[in-house]
Amino acid sequence: MMKKGETLLEKPDVKKAKDIEKKTGVCEVFIMGKSYKVPTGLTIMKAIEYAGYRFIRSCGCRAGFCGACSTVYRIEDEQKLGFDLACQKLVEDKMYLVQLPFVPASKAEYDIDKIEPSESTLITMYPEIARCVSCNTCTKSCPQDIEVMKYIQNAVRGDIAECAEISFDCIQCGLCAMRCPADIKHYHVSQLARRLRGKYIDIRSKNLLQRLKEIEYRKYDKDIEKLMKMKKNDIMKLYSNREIEAEEESDNIGGD
Amino acid sequence: MMKSIKLVEEKRENNMSSPVKPMSMKEREQVLGKYHPDYMKNTKRKLKVGIDTGKLMYNGIVDLLEAKPVLDPKDVDISKIDYDLDLLIIGGGGAGTVAALFAYESGVPKDKILIITKLRHGDANSMMAQGGIQAADRPEDNPALHYLDIYGGGHFTNNPDLARALALDAPGIIHWHEELGVMYDRQKDGEFQELSGGGTCRNRMHSAKDYTGMELLRNIRDKSRNLEIPVLEFCPVVELLMDDKNQVVGGVAFNLETYEYYVIRAKATILATGGSGRLHLSNYPTTNHYGATGDGLIMAYHTGANLLDLDTIQIHPTGDAYPEPLVGILSTEKIRGLGAIPLNNKGDPFVFPLEPRDVESAMFIQECKKGRGIITPTGMPGVWLDSPMINIIHGKGTIEEKLAGEVRKFKRFGIDMTKHPILVYPTLHYQNGGVEINEHCETKIPGLFAAGEITGGVHGKNRLMGNSLLDYNVFGRRAGIYAANYIKKVKIGKLTLTHLDKYNKMLEKANIKIEKTAPIILPEYRGEMAISRSLDIF
Repeated sequence: MMKKGETLLEKPDVKKAKDIEKKTGVCEVFIMGKSYKVPTGLTIMKAIEYAGYRFIRSCGCRAGFCGACSTVYRIEDEQKLGFDLACQKLVEDKMYLVQLPFVPASKAEYDIDKIEPSESTLITMYPEIARCVSCNTCTKSCPQDIEVMKYIQNAVRGDIAECAEISFDCIQCGLCAMRCPADIKHYHVSQLARRLRGKYIDIRSKNLLQRLKEIEYRKYDKDIEKLMKMKKNDIMKLYSNREIEAEEESDNIGGD
Repeated sequence: MMKSIKLVEEKRENNMSSPVKPMSMKEREQVLGKYHPDYMKNTKRKLKVGIDTGKLMYNGIVDLLEAKPVLDPKDVDISKIDYDLDLLIIGGGGAGTVAALFAYESGVPKDKILIITKLRHGDANSMMAQGGIQAADRPEDNPALHYLDIYGGGHFTNNPDLARALALDAPGIIHWHEELGVMYDRQKDGEFQELSGGGTCRNRMHSAKDYTGMELLRNIRDKSRNLEIPVLEFCPVVELLMDDKNQVVGGVAFNLETYEYYVIRAKATILATGGSGRLHLSNYPTTNHYGATGDGLIMAYHTGANLLDLDTIQIHPTGDAYPEPLVGILSTEKIRGLGAIPLNNKGDPFVFPLEPRDVESAMFIQECKKGRGIITPTGMPGVWLDSPMINIIHGKGTIEEKLAGEVRKFKRFGIDMTKHPILVYPTLHYQNGGVEINEHCETKIPGLFAAGEITGGVHGKNRLMGNSLLDYNVFGRRAGIYAANYIKKVKIGKLTLTHLDKYNKMLEKANIKIEKTAPIILPEYRGEMAISRSLDIF
């Protein structure tokens, strides 16, 4: 068995850690039942790491996009369960915590090029959505505040576009599917709805098709080759003199 | 902090009417030289080992290249092969999944492809990208202009063949996405809503609300799942496998949960391991996902592949600085685009809001270093971004509609960005350079291909916004196609890990004091109190 021992971990700054605890105060959390004291103001994820756990599962983007850190929690003496993402939710005193390391949800298999976006497509692929009892547990479990039950009802009715619209912010964490008494796999259903809408329902771009033809006929090859062969000074000049469309409109800025 | 916010509110009207002017080229160079880590002297050093000896790279990366390989060849029996493949794809993010799809379409049988990843399929920086993907598909735009933007944005240091591929392949990629069912933002007539980004001369950023990266990758991943392309999760590859003909022929993977190793033999290997933000170069917080530790750089370097442009990092000026749980997380450039102005602790503006990212970052760093920034209770510095200005300029409800993801993020922590300014500070965002490839995604070593953030040469020394999502699609596709081609002719020799023995000898010869092992696989975030009491006995 391999030892990790060759790496010299930097000496932990225990004094700094103790100072922070004094400054922020300390609360008690129960990680899968075991009590730990952690500084207040940490997310569940950072609190679990503070206590000494190193994540393999249940940790992904650490920013609320990927659904890896779905957490079920309960405050001591309360009966109600809470659901949220460990990377976004702050710890509270006397919080009992557990995480979902994996979601065993079944998924339909399809070739998007071969299925038709009819009113019955979703219910044919996922017949269990007909068994929805409108309990709204899915909506209550969603960490993204999505109206999950509403989009399932839309799916049952065959309104693909609306199902796609409502479900858009879904990060596929799986909490809805694990709680559903009808065993619906909400996030797989809505993924299909969004693909159907993007491919078949939304109107396509004509400009794009035109540009693809132009590229196929090598319309821009010569221009780019010219740029590639330019002397550095010449291309630098060309670059700094180019007209910037956005300077005419200051509203349209975006992007990272 | 509340005192400072009061000053911001008092001076808001005045600030909106007297904006700061953009800086001159000379002023830009001055502030970059003093405050941007790329230009500072103590952030980098010359590499002392391997094929790129003498090249200047960031300290954190040199530390890992001058470290002992974590795998000891004596511990593995490579005569027993666990997976015998045509194509091994290392990394389950955008580039890896796209490569798998195109390799399959190019004729590689499904059961001979394996996507292997250290976390889950889809856990990658690709999933987190927000703003958009560039492609020159409007009549007012064309790929030659896109090429010019890419090349100039990269400070004219990009590999021109790669920049050309990026610009010319882009419209085809958008079309492929349409066929997959991606829900791009569109106008009523079906044409894409296209915005501008920093450094672009035409508006060509395609987006899917606040979640462009997520919308793309979950679609691409769905196709991969429908095809049932094999995926092995929580099994990082820790070293590449070579043969006696100096080809790369697969890798040795490590199951993080059972501690077993797997010997994977493959006719071709595509490295798609993504970025390295979690190395926290120069102690910056990062926008990157948990697994972004640059493993691919180390593994490729051990085989003798070249690395480019690792003397630059891309820091994004507006990473969150408060509250503590959000430190390092991206707050989109769109906030400034819509009118929010950066302010110091006295509520005064000090920089034109839309300088290029490296200049903007340097100005924020300067303001804080000169004591005019705000310090949070946990000691994090930052400057204000006066977000409430947006609703005043564009009308009530603008922030809620156009920045819905940001509003949600801050709301979770009790901050209303429509009423209070947000605190920001530069954060480590993207690895501009990496493993050198040509336009067929081939590295110097036969059998080793690479695509995505792990590669160098596409963006030169500075990536433009909207080109990273494009990068993984364009080069993931090329890697899949050209690897499939290569597979038809390759003959694998006798498997070996002697390149690791050679590397260890090189480290000895260079008299390097070994302090680490590499790759690190995952960052160490356990609490210091817990680490100080840990034992290695079980």
